[in-house]
Amino acid sequence: MRTSSRRTRRVIIGAVAAATLTAAAAGCGGSGNDNKTGGGSSASSGSGSVTLPSLNGQKLEVAAVWTGPEQKNFLKVINEFEKRTGASVSFVPTGDNVSTFLGSKIEGGQPPDVAFLPQVGVLRQFAAKGWLKPVDSSVQAQLDKNFSKGWVDLGAYQGKQYGVYAKAANKSLVWYNTSAFETAGLSSTPTTWADFLKTAQTLFESGTPAVSVGGADGWTLTDWFENIYLSQAGPEKYDQLAAHKIKWTDASVKQALTTLAQLFGNKDLVAGGQSGALNTDFPKSVTQTFTGNPPKAAMVYEGDFVGSFIKDNTTAKVGTNAKVFPFPAVGSGKAPVVSGGDVGVALKSSKGAQAFLTFLASADAAKVWASSGGFVSPNKSLELSAYPDEVSKAIAKALVAAGDDFRFDMSDQAPAAFGGTAGKGEWADLQTFLKNPSDISGTQSKLEADAAKAYAG
Amino acid sequence: MATVATAGGAPAPAKPPAKRRSLMGTRPWVAALFLLPALVLLGALVVYPIGYTTWRSLYDAGGARFVGLENYGSVFSDDSTFTALKNTAIWVAVAPALATGLGLIFAVLTERVSWGTAFKLIVFMPMVISMLAAGIIFRLVYDADPSRGVANAVIVGVHDTFAASSAYPGAKPRPGGDITATSGGSYTTKSTAQPGTPVALPLIGIPAAKLPAGTQDAKTASGSGLTGTVWLDFAPGGGGKPGVVDQGEEALKGVEVQAVKGGKVVATAKSAADGTFSLPASAAGAQLRLPSSNFAQPYSGVDWLGPSLVTPAIIGSYIWMWAGFAMVLIAAGLAGVPRELMEAARVDGANEWQVFRKVTVPLLAPVLIVVLVTLMINVMKVFDLVYIIAPQPSQPAANVLALQLYVSSFGGGNNQGLGSAIGVILLLLVIPVMAFNIRRLRRERRR
Repeated sequence: MRTSSRRTRRVIIGAVAAATLTAAAAGCGGSGNDNKTGGGSSASSGSGSVTLPSLNGQKLEVAAVWTGPEQKNFLKVINEFEKRTGASVSFVPTGDNVSTFLGSKIEGGQPPDVAFLPQVGVLRQFAAKGWLKPVDSSVQAQLDKNFSKGWVDLGAYQGKQYGVYAKAANKSLVWYNTSAFETAGLSSTPTTWADFLKTAQTLFESGTPAVSVGGADGWTLTDWFENIYLSQAGPEKYDQLAAHKIKWTDASVKQALTTLAQLFGNKDLVAGGQSGALNTDFPKSVTQTFTGNPPKAAMVYEGDFVGSFIKDNTTAKVGTNAKVFPFPAVGSGKAPVVSGGDVGVALKSSKGAQAFLTFLASADAAKVWASSGGFVSPNKSLELSAYPDEVSKAIAKALVAAGDDFRFDMSDQAPAAFGGTAGKGEWADLQTFLKNPSDISGTQSKLEADAAKAYAG
Repeated sequence: MATVATAGGAPAPAKPPAKRRSLMGTRPWVAALFLLPALVLLGALVVYPIGYTTWRSLYDAGGARFVGLENYGSVFSDDSTFTALKNTAIWVAVAPALATGLGLIFAVLTERVSWGTAFKLIVFMPMVISMLAAGIIFRLVYDADPSRGVANAVIVGVHDTFAASSAYPGAKPRPGGDITATSGGSYTTKSTAQPGTPVALPLIGIPAAKLPAGTQDAKTASGSGLTGTVWLDFAPGGGGKPGVVDQGEEALKGVEVQAVKGGKVVATAKSAADGTFSLPASAAGAQLRLPSSNFAQPYSGVDWLGPSLVTPAIIGSYIWMWAGFAMVLIAAGLAGVPRELMEAARVDGANEWQVFRKVTVPLLAPVLIVVLVTLMINVMKVFDLVYIIAPQPSQPAANVLALQLYVSSFGGGNNQGLGSAIGVILLLLVIPVMAFNIRRLRRERRR
């Protein structure tokens, strides 16, 4: 739990090679029906793109997981909102376990007005319990104007719109140590899974363990699986599995796990072997890839937040020592774009809460938020020039260009007991799989049993 | 003690009623008034939560639908709860006994040394640390990486002074060549070695930066004898043909090569600084084997936090914290024990062990029981240590009831009905211990 939120909330982008990411945009881009980003809508011109009611003297509470620089960036959005409406907004940090924090607040009768939920599964859970208030027409108008249907629908439950995806993350990136690649004589990055395995083998031959897997944190494993599954089985199957409409014993799951086992089952390619990977948590999986000569691993897979992590915890320079390439395409599929994000929801039916959501859905808020970096918005009305550096621009472009072809993190869509709890459900089952990658059918039946229990409750 | 209880039980009804009447009979409302604050507090903080938890345990996750005993049913049909129950039983059986035993030993021994107070202070010190901080400390102590975890650093250090590690851990012959993996982690050539044709034994998977200093470039062996080369078949920057000694590829010194004929080692050789080796002519026609001792991974110590050792490891950290508590209470009890009895025993010719066994321990029995029972109650609700020390993959194996309660009600499932059911079960398990404690206290008071 401690780390689950880290992946969704850290969207700080380092100075990553923009070229590779532009390639990602090209690789995964949809048919471009929403490619108006460059066209420049009226939204970004001045402060008039969204009309907000006057809320003089009203008090609002906004709860989110962010701390440190992320919180500071968000406070700028709050300040702008206060300036425009006259309301006074206070920020409440939730701590790492957002659903527990909010759950106890709501049970206690004192919910904040607006909260950011890091998992779409939590949104559904809360909506099913009747804890969320549907958005009003002005929020809906902003959503329709600024977001592609995929992002709007993610904030809906049973036909009612509850949330605004104001902040997004790209979780289909592989980060690599450039000096390890040089030592191995690798000049290009892989674009297909077969290439990826070959690259890994070459790295092993050169004496650098190829892939760092943070198996002590179950969520990194679910992300591995999701990228492979999305690319291999396709978005439709992905949606069905996410909704548990097909079982985990399905042949497509078997195929994906078999593919994953090609990596996890090869002791030479996984840094430290399976048991070493199980003892490696996410922070260590990143630091060990970018420290030492030779490093303990050459590549590490995770989302865009790895960039800021490298900056804070290693001496490696993002863009020079640490670079990134998009997750390779598996089989005949397209390269996957798995994303995450924080969804703003109203927990009280106050006018202020709706006004705040309206503002969040507007391009104005996104612009303020984006200006300080470390933030990507799926808001397609936001001009790319609002992003402070090339890498954020590239990531945002990829995200918006993916249109409706991106898929949201599957484990975040699942009930928390299956997709979001340490030592339980998918996290634990994939850890068992990492320990024993040859037991594919056993893993499948365990996943199915846990899923059946969690989705039923 | 039993005789005391029955003896005290008989005359009891005779005397007290007279006293009680005088106190209660005159102004019962005064008594009620004085009791009121305590009753309100107890009711609000103890009785009401218990009642509400029990009531809540009969409802579903949302709290709206009455499900009867369904939650209890799912508690007992759930594997993870069973593990939790089993582990809690292990905790209750092991941890209090060990902590009390250690506390007893410390208390008795510190009495006899001049710097006993300093020692007591040190042993008691972990009690001052919060469970959370202690958990983080021990998470590091038990870390699998010997350069981080002190437990493994000690074990690896001791192990490595007695057994040398291999020269090239993790190395492998280049796949697709003549060499195949054979039993026990060794590698053997498919073809046989003949005099005059040097054997190539290309290895990969060793970082060039980790080769010992002074490593030379590899040479192709020459000469008419039975020779060959062991080398790192990978030049920095790639390039080079697989299986061929290319320019710039480094030699691997000190690799043991065995000549095997019909499963028997007929000769062995070690590669020289330039990677070459030569075998006696008698080994002609033998297959060459690279024994696993060349490649063995360095000893990595004990997997303390793996599923099999995680509970004992956490119990160890608990004892580190609570042995001091036991020691202080027992030392206090020891101070009240009449010295004459021990002196008398010594005069009668008992040795120190006999004095300890037959005099000290029986005299301390009441204190020991208090400590044991207190620790038992404490252990039943152990949560923080397990939650923090057990890494995610072994948390299911380390599960205890209190942790399961938390996970069910707040950690994802958000099923507070199920959590309440576990809470009620936990209460039911604590009640016998409490009842024992209360009975014992009463008995003591009567004495």
